[in-house]
Amino acid sequence: MKKVELVDISKSYNKTDNVISNINVTIEPGEFFVLVGPSGCGKSTMLRMIAGLEEITGGTLKIGETVANHLPPNKRELSMVFQNYALYPHLTVEQNIAFGLDVKKIKKDVQIKRVADAAEMLGLTDYLKRKPRELSGGQRQRVALARAIVSEAPICLMDEPLSNLDAKLRAQMRSELRRIQRELNMTMIYVTHDQVEAMTMGDRIMILHKGEIQQVGKPIDIYNYPANPFVATFVGSPAMNLANAKVNPKTNELIIEEKFSLALTSEDCLAFENRLLTIGIRPEHLQIAKEETAPKNKVDVKVTNVEVLGNETVFSFQIGQKEWSVKWSGQWQIKIGDIIPLEIDFDALCVFDGETERLIKKPSNVGSYTLQDEVRL
Amino acid sequence: MNTEVKNGWWAKSANGRTAILYLLPSVLLFSVFIFYPMLRTIYLSFYLTDQSGKAVLNVGFDNYAYLLQSPEFLNSMKATGLFVLYTVPIGIIIALFLALLANEKLKGIGFFRTIYSSTMGVSVAASSVVWLFLFHPSIGMFNRLLSVVNIPQIQWLLDPEWALFSVSLSTIWMNLGFSFLIILGGLQNIDEHLYESSRIDGAGYFYRLRRITIPMLSPTLFFIITISLINAFQSFGQIDILTKGGPSQSTNLIVYSIYREAFVNYQFGTASAQAVFLFILILIVTVLQFKFGEKKVHYQ
Repeated sequence: MKKVELVDISKSYNKTDNVISNINVTIEPGEFFVLVGPSGCGKSTMLRMIAGLEEITGGTLKIGETVANHLPPNKRELSMVFQNYALYPHLTVEQNIAFGLDVKKIKKDVQIKRVADAAEMLGLTDYLKRKPRELSGGQRQRVALARAIVSEAPICLMDEPLSNLDAKLRAQMRSELRRIQRELNMTMIYVTHDQVEAMTMGDRIMILHKGEIQQVGKPIDIYNYPANPFVATFVGSPAMNLANAKVNPKTNELIIEEKFSLALTSEDCLAFENRLLTIGIRPEHLQIAKEETAPKNKVDVKVTNVEVLGNETVFSFQIGQKEWSVKWSGQWQIKIGDIIPLEIDFDALCVFDGETERLIKKPSNVGSYTLQDEVRL
Repeated sequence: MNTEVKNGWWAKSANGRTAILYLLPSVLLFSVFIFYPMLRTIYLSFYLTDQSGKAVLNVGFDNYAYLLQSPEFLNSMKATGLFVLYTVPIGIIIALFLALLANEKLKGIGFFRTIYSSTMGVSVAASSVVWLFLFHPSIGMFNRLLSVVNIPQIQWLLDPEWALFSVSLSTIWMNLGFSFLIILGGLQNIDEHLYESSRIDGAGYFYRLRRITIPMLSPTLFFIITISLINAFQSFGQIDILTKGGPSQSTNLIVYSIYREAFVNYQFGTASAQAVFLFILILIVTVLQFKFGEKKVHYQ
């Protein structure tokens, strides 16, 4: 276990424009840390800088307590799993797994033992004599993983390791990876573009966009309290509904997309006055209006699309220029064109400053439950 | 009943007939330019011919028997063997070395890649003439250099001991561009991630060369070895321009010997027999190479 510390890291290919800038983060020992962002955001470059495959043009990288900016990759005591697995096609599975050990001139019997252990752990024992081309995608993925495991490096880097697998296998590997990481107590730095992977696997996740950190934190905190509209729409599926809004001080109301108004307390009203606002609400927090809902807080929407997923129903509607979606659990008999009365709960609303894009009001009602509160024994 | 069977056969052969139709153009071209000349050569090798190349007298295997006893032919076989031995391995090793150098990602490497592959753009005749000047006993560059460091002059193309070496030297140079380009292409096809992965493991340059580059390059190497072997057996242009088979037959390679036999001595029968020998020789070498060499090749 080792920590990895990035201090003011930046990367530039042409010495003028930074593709990555101002990266400050400490990855704790034994942590499963996920770097997530849309393609081209610089997450793979960052991982490659940590691995030593890419030069760091600014800032300091510390691995453990040593400054590692100029250490060659093999001196950084880490292992890496590549997106395309980078298996040697001319070597057998066994030789592939043992390759790194052979390089380090580890004794033959130790090699055999470690390879056997890793193969056992990943269910590869029957395939040791095969060539990579004779394996399925999932098995190749495991070989790449086994290679990282046998190295016994305290830090493991993974560059979108699951993106070449089908959905079912991916879900299975997610939990397996997590289990292995916990078992071996590795510090894991994991790059993905898939927010589901990030949410389900990460102890903490870091969201990158255009080479800059958008937010670092626990998955659930990021989901509940996104730092800006980008994070809000990036995390969660369907994405958080966003709309422009402003305060009408005369009536103490929040006007959303000039269509819909929401009563505010006078303090909130003061806080939000005279600025452009962007509000966001998760699809599952839009509720059907009840009878006791004040007519002012009700809005009738016309359904433009419906998806019934068995255990939940997602439908969308148009509000101003934006398309919003609603996610309710259960199977709802809704048809396109239906008019549905909705209510917006101000407590479930995220409010962002329209100019700085910062989160200025956290939602207080996020539908979180604890066992102690729910189960009365 | 009968017609049904006929229909069945007609329907069953539909695929075959389509295939023949698709193959027809190439079969036609091959027949005119390769199969017919080849059969004609084999036919002629059993005959004595007149000056215009017409078969006159069937002599059975006499032409072959004559060749096997002819010291000239045996000498030319030996020269060919030595020539192949000199040019192929050294040529490929140099090409591999240059390709490894040129495969590094450096500024201005494109310049070197162009230079190293440039011999591909020079015809055998033109480059032979250049080498003729380089080898010139009095004004040639090589002898000038030797005289600068006070080493006795060498009669590069006139000394029977040196002539084959000199011709091999120029041949290696001529073939370098092609081999270089093919090997460089092979190198660039190797997945960069393999090297990155091995760097994380801490593999050094030579370890990577031995355990990744060479095995991954083996299909390309196999290809270039086969092509170079066949090419070397068939060398003609440089011999004709540099030495004309001399001095004292020391560079009389088999293709040149065929040419002389046919178009200088008008012995089309024995020339054809030599050609058949060459064909069998190349066939055997290639078959052996596929049998023993291909086992070491890792196709993806």
